[in-house]
Amino acid sequence: MPADLVPTPVITAPTAEGSRDQHMVLNMGPQHPSTHGVLRLVLEIDGEIVVRLYPELGYLHTGIEKTCEAKFYQQVVPLTDRVDYLGPLANNLLYCLAVEKLLELEIPEKAQWIRVLLTEVTRLNSHLIWLGTHAMDIGALTVFLYTFREREEILRIFEMVSGQRMMTSYFRIGGLALEPPLGMFDRIRAFIKTFPEKIDEYSNLLTGNPIFYGRLKDVGHLSKEDAIALAVTGPVARASGIDYDVRRDNPYSSYEKFDFKVPVSNDCDVWARYMLRMEEMRQSVRIIEQALDGMPEGGTIRADAPKIVLPDRESMKTQMEALIHHFKIVTEGFAVPAGEVYQVIETGHGTAGYYVVSDGTAKPWRVHMRYPGFCNLQSLERMCKGRLLADVVAVIGSMDIVLGEIDR
Amino acid sequence: MAEAQTKTLAGKDAVLEAMPEHPAVKALLGWKQDGLVDAKFDRGELTLAVSKEDIAAALLALQAGGYNFFEDMTAVDWYPSIPRFQLSYHILSHARKERVRLRTMVDESDAVVQSITSIWPGANYYEREVFDMFGVRFAGHPDMRRILMPDEWVGHPLRKDYPVEGYR
Repeated sequence: MPADLVPTPVITAPTAEGSRDQHMVLNMGPQHPSTHGVLRLVLEIDGEIVVRLYPELGYLHTGIEKTCEAKFYQQVVPLTDRVDYLGPLANNLLYCLAVEKLLELEIPEKAQWIRVLLTEVTRLNSHLIWLGTHAMDIGALTVFLYTFREREEILRIFEMVSGQRMMTSYFRIGGLALEPPLGMFDRIRAFIKTFPEKIDEYSNLLTGNPIFYGRLKDVGHLSKEDAIALAVTGPVARASGIDYDVRRDNPYSSYEKFDFKVPVSNDCDVWARYMLRMEEMRQSVRIIEQALDGMPEGGTIRADAPKIVLPDRESMKTQMEALIHHFKIVTEGFAVPAGEVYQVIETGHGTAGYYVVSDGTAKPWRVHMRYPGFCNLQSLERMCKGRLLADVVAVIGSMDIVLGEIDR
Repeated sequence: MAEAQTKTLAGKDAVLEAMPEHPAVKALLGWKQDGLVDAKFDRGELTLAVSKEDIAAALLALQAGGYNFFEDMTAVDWYPSIPRFQLSYHILSHARKERVRLRTMVDESDAVVQSITSIWPGANYYEREVFDMFGVRFAGHPDMRRILMPDEWVGHPLRKDYPVEGYR
């Protein structure tokens, strides 16, 4: 591996000796608006050229992995909402899949389809935020207002489903929390019917815009070899020619039954990532349409595992068995067989993985969260080195970082 | 994944017998006949264990065997067992669309492991995180500092003997 891929250590303030006195050290963040949260970048710049760049993480570190170890398995689900707060349902799904794999639990088909449906809506939510903030960083403020208009409808759908706009916790170990509310499918269908036009609307504002094109084209180059070496995943990796999407290549939650394309580009720049995410939104719409059309009729939304899945309110109030199970699960959790699993899914940002280790008790021994934003950040220096300072903003926008998932 | 083998194979001999043609197993055997310490196939996931000294060489062999993408690494604290820390590396093969877990045990008394940043520079942040959270050091790492906690922090929060609410 080329030695120049290994990031250089901490940037110290330049001394007055040698040629380095031309350089300036600049702190970008943690409060800078275009760092999408509390990312802090220490930049060494020569005039307007970035010589070195060093991300400082941890400003949003809340110790979620440690907290998980002190909770019952089912109590971890609400914590996962708070990690990648732009894709809460994807995190719920990932955690539930991991624990279900440990338990070797079979999930009813209807629950799987609703999971796919809602995670794709979540992907739209995540991509809409990316598009709005990315365009805003470049200076196209209008798009931000438009994407947040659509995002509002998605948040209302989430609120309808789970009672919460952002911290949904709708997926539970063994299925879903509740039956989907009446009218949910119709509402998603109505949203999806108009959404492709909305994508065209954003596209009309941006794709043909010479300023936007000029700021994005040939900026933030990341070759395929570098992307593999630096563990980059998701749209950034696919824009660098890595043809891998977990949904297609290691399908989970019945994704194998859906027909969709995985866009890949070999252009390796910020523009390619923009075009690729726009296409991903269109593909998500296709998946949502298929999920709505093929939604299994009837059937249950919870696995048949009374010692793990909470009973519905009706039987809890009328049957003694169900009441006992309910009491037992809530007060002492459920034991999960010892073992270790690593479950991956494709979130809006890339490959996310949970490594859950059980020691056979009701609390996880270790929950490790692999989120794409964390390791994608390592490629930032590679993409910005030798380029203009203003390009750093475009590159950060194209990586779609969420500090909640980076710092955890 | 439904078609994947669901049977559990515990122990090195069982895995070697059932899947001698598996590229990860072959890669490790081809690198060193007795390099494999333990193996397990459980819940559709293959785990291969090597000794602490061999970890970088074993990962290099896996990389040569087609497992081209480093995806994740982390540690597990098995306090109060000895050896205390388990390091788990998850490596993906883009061609085979398959992951393998490489595992090694490290004890607290000698918690230094060879860094794999020379094989996959992407392991940089992960190794820093393991150092930050568990106190396992990586020899040859270009920037062995804390990553999430403040630099002057005392203790390693994800250790099991570190209280959840922190020291007061």
